[in-house]
Amino acid sequence: MSRGAVQIRAAEILSVRRVGEYTEFTVVAPEIAAGFKPGHFVAVAVGGERSSMILRRAFALSGAVARDEFAGTIQFVVAEHGPGTRWLVQRRTGETLDVVGPLGTPFPIPSGPSRAVLVGGGYGTAPLIPLARALLDNGSPLEFIVGAATAGRLYGELAAKRMVGQLTVTTDDGSAGEKGMVTDVLPEAIERVNAEVVYACGPMAMLQAVGAIAAQRAIRAQVAVEEAMACGIGVCMTCVLPVRGSDGRSRFVRSCVDGPVFDARTVRWSDVGKLPRDLVGADAMGGGH
Amino acid sequence: MADMTTRLGTATLPNPVLTASGCAAAGRELHQFFDVAQLGAVVTKSIMMAPRSGRPTPRMAETPSGMLNSIGLQGPGIDAFLANDLAWLAERGARVVVSIAGTHTDEYVALAAKLSGHPAVAMLEVNISCPNVESRGQVFACDAIASARVIGAVRRVADPLQPVFAKLSPDVTDLVHIARACADAGADGFSLINTLLGIAIDTDRLAPVLGGITGGLSGPAIRPVALRCVWQVRQALPHLPILGMGGIASGLDALQFILAGASAVSVGTAVFGDATAPVRVLTELEAALDERGFASLADAIGFAHLDEFGRAARLGGAA
Repeated sequence: MSRGAVQIRAAEILSVRRVGEYTEFTVVAPEIAAGFKPGHFVAVAVGGERSSMILRRAFALSGAVARDEFAGTIQFVVAEHGPGTRWLVQRRTGETLDVVGPLGTPFPIPSGPSRAVLVGGGYGTAPLIPLARALLDNGSPLEFIVGAATAGRLYGELAAKRMVGQLTVTTDDGSAGEKGMVTDVLPEAIERVNAEVVYACGPMAMLQAVGAIAAQRAIRAQVAVEEAMACGIGVCMTCVLPVRGSDGRSRFVRSCVDGPVFDARTVRWSDVGKLPRDLVGADAMGGGH
Repeated sequence: MADMTTRLGTATLPNPVLTASGCAAAGRELHQFFDVAQLGAVVTKSIMMAPRSGRPTPRMAETPSGMLNSIGLQGPGIDAFLANDLAWLAERGARVVVSIAGTHTDEYVALAAKLSGHPAVAMLEVNISCPNVESRGQVFACDAIASARVIGAVRRVADPLQPVFAKLSPDVTDLVHIARACADAGADGFSLINTLLGIAIDTDRLAPVLGGITGGLSGPAIRPVALRCVWQVRQALPHLPILGMGGIASGLDALQFILAGASAVSVGTAVFGDATAPVRVLTELEAALDERGFASLADAIGFAHLDEFGRAARLGGAA
């Protein structure tokens, strides 16, 4: 058997913390923490043992401590937007969660220093916090952009500020930082640090826009997507995106195992939710019915 | 410990717990959680002749105690399947039930021919009931004549050592009528049941949730329906083995299917929430049979069909 992800049926909640409109969990999960790399996510069961909600909810890890005075811990942030996440945010310290991880393909991290801009939208900033730490560790000069619709929906701006001197905050309504969107300030940030790469996580439209800005400047963008998934481990085929392969042909690929991190150039953003005719195997779907 | 060996036609399996088609890919991803050779068999996602993209997203909607999917049989095509997936499963020593799907009878026949003689293939499950094919109104398994035509044609070309099971849809008026037609055409057994066709509507977007509009309902929500189907077909055709499935998530769920007449069970949607569900169900089923005094799984198959005296006599004999 190949060891990748592990399931921890009773992972103790070490702390639950309210952060703006989000809830941040720190959970004891040594086996998951040990394998953690920035970009990994976990899948958490919701609703308790007799739950009618049969599918797990996926959360990007915002950090992991392989070992501290207790045991290895992981951290993730939950935005309440349905019965499953509502159940989760009502959990308290000392209760347990059923957690599977680490899942997904993490961010590629260059072996040496690499000038980079990190762009987080809403709770999408979560996986960028440990990524920034890893990039700083190998001597990379960074710019960090954190944005959200409102001040309450920002996440990680304090952690980002502490790590990276160059932080820009934007909100759509101007309730914190600059009024506007992350993509409004991205071009200047790229120029300031003379970036070679942009890393981003957030809503699909933001990732598409970030990818376009990076492409205009002929630099790469590594982006982490959030796509609805049933299993998180690559068996169900529900979380697919149209992605161009190295052979130039496009396929539906699983964002849970082949992602959630993709090179933005390879994702066919405008075709998400569609069935492009040139996709491998689209011809077999028949027409007109 | 109860003897867990079971037979599906000419195929003998060391235990009666399998994965379910479409819920385990081709076993590789689950192998990080448990050794797939431990299972009775791995049932692969339905394979077709050509690579197939599947439907646009969203492909999934969670529903009470279940989920809808409209994946649309995304797959690599039979040649890539043989070279990659089946070869991998064979290397691991896993027994394999290959689910085959087609848009025409000829496609099923060609798939059966390609799989003939492959030593890792324990059985063919003929998916004539996927609700996500292009002509949704014309699922083969909704029509007795169409079902019989496919099953008969596959049985004629398939490897004689590979039993041919017809996977049927519960979305019919008279399931037994369809099952009988398949049996007459040469089916060696039945896989019961495929998903039920459903719809979920997004009340914010005021539109269907799924890209495919309709989807297949699976999970514990459909368990009583699946169990009823197994019961009816067992009653009508007691000589033919049944692979039962539909919302099985525990050993006692599995036991219900066995008692209703299934010779083996597939654990499907439960895998999405708990990757180790198939091996857990196996352990729990084994314990449940022991607790009830069954010396073997075979003794429990169809047991609930016996009348009061029959049950007492059989259990008395076992004691």
